[in-house]
Amino acid sequence: MSTQKTFEEPSYLEYKGKYKGIFSWILSTDHKRIALLYLFSLMTFFIVGATLGLLMKLELIAPGKTIITAQTYNAFFTLHGIIMIFAVVIPGLPAVFGNFLLPIMIGAKDVAFPRLNLLSWYFYVIGVSLVLISQFTGQGPPDTGWTFYAPYSFRTTGNMLPAVFGAFVLGFSSILTGLNFLVTIHRMRAPGMTWMKMPLFPWTLYATGWVQLLATPIIGITLLMIIAERTLHIGFFDPTLGGDPILYQHLFWTYSHPAVYIMILPAMGAISEIIPAFCHKTIFGYKFIVASSIAIAFVGYFIWGHHMFTSGMSGTALYTFSLLTFIVAIPSAVKVFNWISTMHKASIDLQTPFFWAVGFLFVFMIGGFSGLILGALAANIHLHNTHFVVAHFHFIVFGGTGYAFFGAMHYWYPKITGKMYDSRWANTGLIIFFLGFITLYGEMFFLGMRGMPRRYYDYDEIFHTGNIFSSLGAIVMYFGLAVIIINLIASLKNGIKAPSDPWGGKTLEWTIPSPPPVENFDEIPVITKGPYNYK
Amino acid sequence: MNMNMVTHRDDLASKTGMWLFLFTELLLFGGLFIVYSVYRYRNPIAFHQAAHELSVVIGTANTIILLISSTTIAMSITALQTKNKKLCLLLMGVTILLGLAFLVNKYFEWGAHFREHIYPGSSVLALRGHGDVLFYGLYFFMTGLHALHIIVGLVFILVIAVSIFKDRINSENYVLLENSGLYWHLVDLIWIFLFPLFYLIT
Amino acid sequence: MKTDENEKHHIIPYRTFLYVLAILILLTLTSVTLTQISLGAFTVAAALIIAGIKSTFVLAIFMHLKFENKMFSRAVCGVILLLAAVITITLLDYLNR
Repeated sequence: MSTQKTFEEPSYLEYKGKYKGIFSWILSTDHKRIALLYLFSLMTFFIVGATLGLLMKLELIAPGKTIITAQTYNAFFTLHGIIMIFAVVIPGLPAVFGNFLLPIMIGAKDVAFPRLNLLSWYFYVIGVSLVLISQFTGQGPPDTGWTFYAPYSFRTTGNMLPAVFGAFVLGFSSILTGLNFLVTIHRMRAPGMTWMKMPLFPWTLYATGWVQLLATPIIGITLLMIIAERTLHIGFFDPTLGGDPILYQHLFWTYSHPAVYIMILPAMGAISEIIPAFCHKTIFGYKFIVASSIAIAFVGYFIWGHHMFTSGMSGTALYTFSLLTFIVAIPSAVKVFNWISTMHKASIDLQTPFFWAVGFLFVFMIGGFSGLILGALAANIHLHNTHFVVAHFHFIVFGGTGYAFFGAMHYWYPKITGKMYDSRWANTGLIIFFLGFITLYGEMFFLGMRGMPRRYYDYDEIFHTGNIFSSLGAIVMYFGLAVIIINLIASLKNGIKAPSDPWGGKTLEWTIPSPPPVENFDEIPVITKGPYNYK
Repeated sequence: MNMNMVTHRDDLASKTGMWLFLFTELLLFGGLFIVYSVYRYRNPIAFHQAAHELSVVIGTANTIILLISSTTIAMSITALQTKNKKLCLLLMGVTILLGLAFLVNKYFEWGAHFREHIYPGSSVLALRGHGDVLFYGLYFFMTGLHALHIIVGLVFILVIAVSIFKDRINSENYVLLENSGLYWHLVDLIWIFLFPLFYLIT
Repeated sequence: MKTDENEKHHIIPYRTFLYVLAILILLTLTSVTLTQISLGAFTVAAALIIAGIKSTFVLAIFMHLKFENKMFSRAVCGVILLLAAVITITLLDYLNR
């Protein structure tokens, strides 16, 4: 499948089309440029969100007021959550790496609906803009937390409408991306690429696409109901009018639990690409990984109540949700087993993406186990709304999606940019980041078990020492992030030129130049073998 | 609008995309059906009595109007396939008129309620009790959202009709007409369920 | 796998649509009549079952599912089942409080 032609086609970065300058980017329907538009906007919002997190941790380094007021603290954790969830980890891997790699990995020239793809990005930018506008207009920024729980969300004087509507618009972005990927995978695989010859990252994008498609509308309508509650006093969640605030929680989590599978499935897909590549060995148990991806997406729809164990649900609901929550852990365990089995007796190339994958396994396991603890009803009573929960979801979401994102960033960096990153700085940054991460979030498990509540601006003196450790961890982690990100940016200029296949990978993206030409392939390849065709 | 692309037109992809979009609409209304189920369970008598206040005659008329409009848009595809452009446009025109008639009926229905001071957030409604507040909240929200979708559907059909008039959509290339029909049928399907849930639970 | 085939350009005769319309109107009037006679709890169940039957006709004939690749019908069923499951599980809370 050699694609070296006698003349050099311009890469997608150099290509000169109908538009010039910035318009050649923001009006482009090339999936690779759209991926970079997402990357640029996503990283910007990530830095905003991370800075908010750092400020929160600085506030929490001592009891009482340290650097900000209580109201500001509430506004910060609200915005931090909205940005990180809706603008960073949910778009996350699909918007950046899905857009860039999916067509290439299945042997296509673009996605099924390129203009719809660009529209997804416009919705993304508009949605986040609305959320940011909510900070500066009206009677003060939203202070409900990213979960917008009723009745406070319709009673607070905080500026909810732009934030809630912004989240609604972001939902459209997610739905359209999922829809596009589903049709792309169904209709545009290269000749010979049967479903069971498709690589695992596209498989996870497929499973994720269904979740994006079928779960997101539920939060869409729920957010509209909040708007109706605030503007029309419609009564759905207002106990004084007959509504039930717990119903809001049901509706909210019916989406927001499957949403975490939108976050983690593509992350797992990226890990499934990285591990075989650096083990130079085909993935262990391909079919089981496919099946477990689908199982996670499916079972994930039915376990939302584990966010509501202490809310006042019926006993039957409690037992049902707890049992199903335990069941969903099984397919994830299957994957971890397969990943580790792939490494067994492999000749491993120790590179930055592989280190991120190993880091992922470590933090994802901790996050997953802490999820099982939270899924146990009796334990949940003590741990709900404490820092234990905060630790859990940062380990599994930041640890899971975040580490996979950085791993993918380094793995596919040569392909996307045509340059190699500086691996010493990359590894140094990773180590600093990791040490900070473990300290910052690991300590939170202990703080939570001892009873420190979440979303509280102040705390009892007994939690002070733990918070000092945690907040110092935050500073170290933030510094590590800076090293990683600056290295990636600097390598754009200083990095050595990348070959088509720097890692010895076997999936289709490594058969085309780095960076790729606009239409990816000169000729659509014909597939005869499976995706991880090492010896 | 993706018409007659020079390279590889894929009608099946277009149709699949439309069906996937319809699924999102089903889930969107589905969220409201969840709310309806819960509050109907909790307020059975109030819902039952409030339903009496809706006009079964107008509701039935609107149901039949939408059913006929679904028939006409479906027939318009047959017309285009058999190269009968005039009949196709006529049938699409009838569909649009029927959709507008539905909206006019809704306007009168809602108007009657507003005159009685029955609307979300009104104190008259609040005084009647929780069950009534929830019934009418759901009634206005669901039929309102549905009416919004009717407007979108009518615009979609109109745009396609213009393209047919200009021969950009024709007997060789009509997946967009089919897609506009699918959207319209979805709007009909939602009403097929809204009708009994609000008008026939007496 | 991309090909240029449309599904056999299947054309449904006008008559079929009109027959289906007649059935749909009949079913509508039946459900209205049934609810005027009070059958207790079954009234609503009957109305919803009839709505289900009407929907099947609309999906199968008007929306062409009967003549499309089975994949579409299966997906539609799947989505409906998903919604039913979510409603059921939610009611597991309310029915047992």
